[in-house]
Amino acid sequence: MAPSEMKTVLTAHPFLEGLPEKYVDMLSKLAFEVHFDQDEVIFREGDPSSLFYLILDGKIALEMGAPGRQIIIQTLEAGDELGWSSLLENTSKQFRARCLEPVRALAFDGARVVNLCEEDHEFGFHIMRRALALVAERLRATRLQTLDVYSPKGARRP
Amino acid sequence: MSTAASAAPPATRPVMEPVPVRVTSVSKETHDTFTLTVAPPPGDPVSAFEPGQFSMLYVYGVGELPISISGDPAVRESLTYTIRSVGQVTYQLVTRQPGDFIGVRGPFGSSWPLKEARGKSVLIVAGGIGLAPLRPAIYSILRHRGDYNRLVILYGSRSPRDLLYRKEFAAWGLLPDTQALSTVDYGGVTWRGHVGVVTTLFRLVRMQPKETVAMICGPEIMMRYAARELEARGLPPEQIHLSMERNMKCGAGFCGHCQMGPYFVCKHGPVFSYPEIKPYLDLYEL
Repeated sequence: MAPSEMKTVLTAHPFLEGLPEKYVDMLSKLAFEVHFDQDEVIFREGDPSSLFYLILDGKIALEMGAPGRQIIIQTLEAGDELGWSSLLENTSKQFRARCLEPVRALAFDGARVVNLCEEDHEFGFHIMRRALALVAERLRATRLQTLDVYSPKGARRP
Repeated sequence: MSTAASAAPPATRPVMEPVPVRVTSVSKETHDTFTLTVAPPPGDPVSAFEPGQFSMLYVYGVGELPISISGDPAVRESLTYTIRSVGQVTYQLVTRQPGDFIGVRGPFGSSWPLKEARGKSVLIVAGGIGLAPLRPAIYSILRHRGDYNRLVILYGSRSPRDLLYRKEFAAWGLLPDTQALSTVDYGGVTWRGHVGVVTTLFRLVRMQPKETVAMICGPEIMMRYAARELEARGLPPEQIHLSMERNMKCGAGFCGHCQMGPYFVCKHGPVFSYPEIKPYLDLYEL
């Protein structure tokens, strides 16, 4: 992907909406395009967190092993982010990420993004605020899921 | 008294008096949910409903329950109900055979704001069996498609096996200017659709918030979150409508069982605008 196209794609991604141009420039130097095939596993539960992805096309399932089965707990697609834990230190993956469709994404080395955040706190504030909003959204969704609101007890009119 | 006079249905009927109706079909929708169709007497006011209204269905000798009408409001020859079998009365309803009789009272309550939505886009947000009370609104919009802009139907369910009206839902998604997206809370590894709560679908919707009317029906927690999120995304609160459920008994605001703040849900609801009902959404139901 050409640098100018990279900047355009980064600017259009919801995660970076409103990010000052100079910081988009910084990120564009770290980003690289990746492709995954359908059913390819991007990472497994327990893998060390390393890359952070902005998804451009395709669909990814976050899966978790349950006794005797594997369940999908969330799907991510174009406009979503994958691997936010790589923006933290010494973390490992909580889920398996498997492609339900061919996926195109921009990847960043999480450690290098964190280093940039350390060097430029204003950039760091922009990134961490977005990361916090993302984590809060995922937490809210997960809480709702755990309430199991559609179970017969919580059902609407029978 | 002439035969013709005795066969004509009354223009009005005592509100507590059920009309005997014949069951014409019971079809299985999912592992625990069934669609029951009954034939009311021709021309009887019991079949003249607005989308969003409900009936009281009575299994003789067993009990009576409020059930939303899930069929096409333009079809007056039959009444359709989608029922989840979770208790004694619902079990008895879904195990009726064609030719059996049940009692019906109604229709009761307020309806979806289809007239107010004319000229605007409509966002339908359904959760679980909450799609059933919204289906008549969808039928009505599709029947008068030129009166509305975009139609977006978002539907969340517990798992793939709990999704209602699957073929019909897929067909809606193929219509012009219509977006139909479903999601489940938990998917098996063979599921290729969305997984996540229904509010995660909002970011995939293409419409102008100020020119959109939202109609939400599902578990109350899901409706609270959906309404809040839509408001945060710029939908004017008065353009957000919710269908509430409480312990409805009489259907006419007499008994008080379904009181919610100053409202009787059976009479003033079940469909409320968000500003009307918002102060009472966090009240614990006794």
